[in-house]
Amino acid sequence: MNSGEGCSEEIPLPSSPRELTQNPLKKIWIPCKNGLPEKHIFQRKVCMTNCPTLIVTVGLPARGKTYISKKLTRYLNWIGVPTKEFNVGQYRRECVKIYKSFEFFSPDNEEGLKIRKQCASAALNDVRQYLTDEGGQVAVFDATNTTRERRDTITRFAEQNGFKVFFVESVCEDPAVINENIVQVKLGSPDYTHCNTDEAVEDFMKRIKCYENSYQTLDEVLDRDLSYIKIIDVGRRYLVNRVQDHIQSRIVYYLMNIHITPRSIYLCRHGESDMNVKGRIGGDSGLSLRGKDFARRLGQFIQKQDISDLKVWTSQMKRTIQTAEGLNVPYEQWKALNEIDAGVCEEMMYEEIQDHHPLEFALRDQDKYRYRYPKGESYEDLVQRLEPVIMELERQENVLVICHQAVMRCLLAYFLDKSAEELPYLKCPLHTVLKLTPVAYGCKVESIFLNVDAVNTHRDRPENVEVSRMAEEALYTVPAHQ
Amino acid sequence: MAQTPNKPQVRKRFRCDSIASVPQFTNSPTMIVMVGLPARGKTYISKKLTRYLNWIGVPTKVFNVGQYRRDAVRTYKNFEFFRPDNEEAMKIRKACARSALSDVGTYFMLEHGQAAVFDATNTTRERREIILSYAKDNGYKVFFIESICDDPEIIAENIKQVKLSSPDYIDCDKEEAVADFLKRIECYKVTYVPLDDDKDSHLSYIKIFNVGSRYLVNRVQDHIQSRIVYYLMNIHVTPRTIYLCRHGESELNLVGRIGGDSGLSPRGSQFAGALGKYIKSQSIPDLKVWTSHMKRTIQTAEALGVAYEQWKALNEIDAGVCEDLTYEEIQANYPEEFALRDQDKYRYRYPKGESYEDLVQRLEPVIMELERQENVLVVCHQAVMRCLLAYFLDKSAEELPYLKCPLHTVLKLTPVAYGCKVESVSLNIEAVNTHRDRPAGDEPPCTLLAPPSRHHSRAQPMASPVPTRAPRLQDLGVTSLSLQNVEVSREPEEALLTVPDHI
Repeated sequence: MNSGEGCSEEIPLPSSPRELTQNPLKKIWIPCKNGLPEKHIFQRKVCMTNCPTLIVTVGLPARGKTYISKKLTRYLNWIGVPTKEFNVGQYRRECVKIYKSFEFFSPDNEEGLKIRKQCASAALNDVRQYLTDEGGQVAVFDATNTTRERRDTITRFAEQNGFKVFFVESVCEDPAVINENIVQVKLGSPDYTHCNTDEAVEDFMKRIKCYENSYQTLDEVLDRDLSYIKIIDVGRRYLVNRVQDHIQSRIVYYLMNIHITPRSIYLCRHGESDMNVKGRIGGDSGLSLRGKDFARRLGQFIQKQDISDLKVWTSQMKRTIQTAEGLNVPYEQWKALNEIDAGVCEEMMYEEIQDHHPLEFALRDQDKYRYRYPKGESYEDLVQRLEPVIMELERQENVLVICHQAVMRCLLAYFLDKSAEELPYLKCPLHTVLKLTPVAYGCKVESIFLNVDAVNTHRDRPENVEVSRMAEEALYTVPAHQ
Repeated sequence: MAQTPNKPQVRKRFRCDSIASVPQFTNSPTMIVMVGLPARGKTYISKKLTRYLNWIGVPTKVFNVGQYRRDAVRTYKNFEFFRPDNEEAMKIRKACARSALSDVGTYFMLEHGQAAVFDATNTTRERREIILSYAKDNGYKVFFIESICDDPEIIAENIKQVKLSSPDYIDCDKEEAVADFLKRIECYKVTYVPLDDDKDSHLSYIKIFNVGSRYLVNRVQDHIQSRIVYYLMNIHVTPRTIYLCRHGESELNLVGRIGGDSGLSPRGSQFAGALGKYIKSQSIPDLKVWTSHMKRTIQTAEALGVAYEQWKALNEIDAGVCEDLTYEEIQANYPEEFALRDQDKYRYRYPKGESYEDLVQRLEPVIMELERQENVLVVCHQAVMRCLLAYFLDKSAEELPYLKCPLHTVLKLTPVAYGCKVESVSLNIEAVNTHRDRPAGDEPPCTLLAPPSRHHSRAQPMASPVPTRAPRLQDLGVTSLSLQNVEVSREPEEALLTVPDHI
């Protein structure tokens, strides 16, 4: 139960406190010496542990280990924890170019066992490199890891390298779930490209059998000193043992909130607003005539989709609420869904920002994700703010989120696993609904334009992002407006 | 037996009833039912959980059946009362449980409660069936929290901390009390049937083993249960101390301006130095230091000479259009806003800014991490410190915005028994007073904001009656003889009555 994170290094008490300087991009105050910033930026990050963490999946085939690995990796990266998954099956496929049959996995196939052990080692090696040399903080080791012997090997490896270990075991005996699993992700696997459905299913079932005899589930007594979560029957029940630190606590919370019930998430922005038309950012204006038209069309669209028990969420800004009003269904307001706060630039046109704050404008183009408006927010701040929304979206089923450009980019980046670099430039045009449906290991996206014209509010990254650039160069990519 | 209520009490989700920052995830009210032998921390968990839920805006109340029993049976003789074959006592205990259940119903139906913690041993299947029946008939959700512990050291410590001082043992010496209490536990052990993972697999519950080293979570139904589980999994009982203080006096403090991002005044820097000395003198093992992203807290932490972490969530309340203004200027430029704020300081949101209610939302992850941590010093701001303090000291939404958090004073919080010991340590460096008192007088006339009771009111505990007389001026620290006017129509002088002095 002890947190054991970070450490209080003793810096000798200075005779006079260090000077502070404000980082111009992120607006963070950091101590400086002779006008130059000191190395340590003591900014709250999610993972304040010095130790990287190795997450190890455990479970028979078709228990959702890869699904969990990928989803968890996506979530951790989105909240700012550099994470990478290492799928041992992938290593095996690269090693053994052609998959013949389940026989490869037979416990008395010595040749097969040797190769599989080598693949696991190769993967662990890459884990070490990622966590030690490449700045990774979490590695997800995705394999069956069904024997105590294999798990001990991994634990020893982690100890030698100073990594914490957290096991995620998925236990499920419901044949319906397993079948659905096989249909969704196994049939399309590279292993079965040359088989028909029945052959593939039969082979895979035999594959599972190969593991069953030697499967040693995490035991309450024998494994009481390990840190783990056991997920039973796709989340009906959880057993959580010895959570060591903040990141493990967040992982447990996340895993306990996700589900696999089929559903759709609809993302869209408010209808075109008066500010949009004038090319101004931020503010709290109402809808333009076209925006109101969109709200009506959105209502019709939602009706036609005939979605069961749809929840509708808006921000607390007038334009999203006006849009929701047009739907004639109950909706809930979230302050967390408010548009990014542009601070001193609120309600300005890009031309005015260039005029009054050319330095800021350039800095923003240099690193749009981390750039914080003076007295405002950054995309990075937005992600922080939106995390509870994402958590609740995971819990919910059918939801329509009516929000704003920057907010929608952040949410979309989570669902589509976009990097911090891509996020601020994702295209989220007005009057377009994105329908997201989870499928296999990812998300299917359908883009539906509701046929009401609107201004374009998307500003691409200009070529010249130097502070020294000319105004025209800065304004090159500003979309047209009144 | 299914758990879904057959007469769901669906609270209609109004169009836009959420003036709060987050949607109100209410359908049916939830009964949180404790399960476990005596001295397993049930009351500790009940009180702590209730405090947390109320703070995040879920009206919650504890119903401690032991309390009902003490009210019914004025004098406690000994453990024999709890013997399973004591029919007379059994009757009384059953009646107490029913009385408590009935009060739960009243709390939900008439007092807008959303969660009720039913704090009793509830160690038999029979007792739990009674509760489940009651909940089903009324459309309440049920979530069980079972605490299982067989570590004799923990139990002994428990008895020492909270049982010896219980009203039951007021006239006993220590050894007698311990002996009697242990016999009491034995009485329950005979009939104790823990939640069964097979037979009770349809119920929603969390089992906590040995103060949190292991948890079993079954069938979490909804958002609030998910939050409860997350909270329970993050709290611990390791002794530790939390230090709360504000940044040193800032340049803007000196001139009576709110908000902004100014640096420390000379006296503020002095405080920072004094704080460093104080912290060193406390010899705190492995102290974490947290600040906001604002210059004044960081400058303060810099003087400590230890590593610190910056949290944006600890930034001062955003006063929106009133940032950098003096109260006089706010009165001059936004008199209506100024009056509205005095009418309901907790829910009032500055135009383009935040409310205390928003702040609490923003600070929840900080509280969660504070629960996980051990020794921490939080260097923050007035409104932020009020919110954090309200969490630790269980202050209501009405009291929170008026908690006194003066500059240059450290509050040292130490968990003890069921609550928190507070020591106020003034570091003896002069500073301006930034506290603006609550306007005196009766209930403010019809507010322009939604009536508080609908969403976030803290229900008054049954034990302490609501004061019916108008509070005396001296109680409120109001120096002027006239009652403060919170009407929008008030004169500027009336509005500025409680503004503290500044340059």
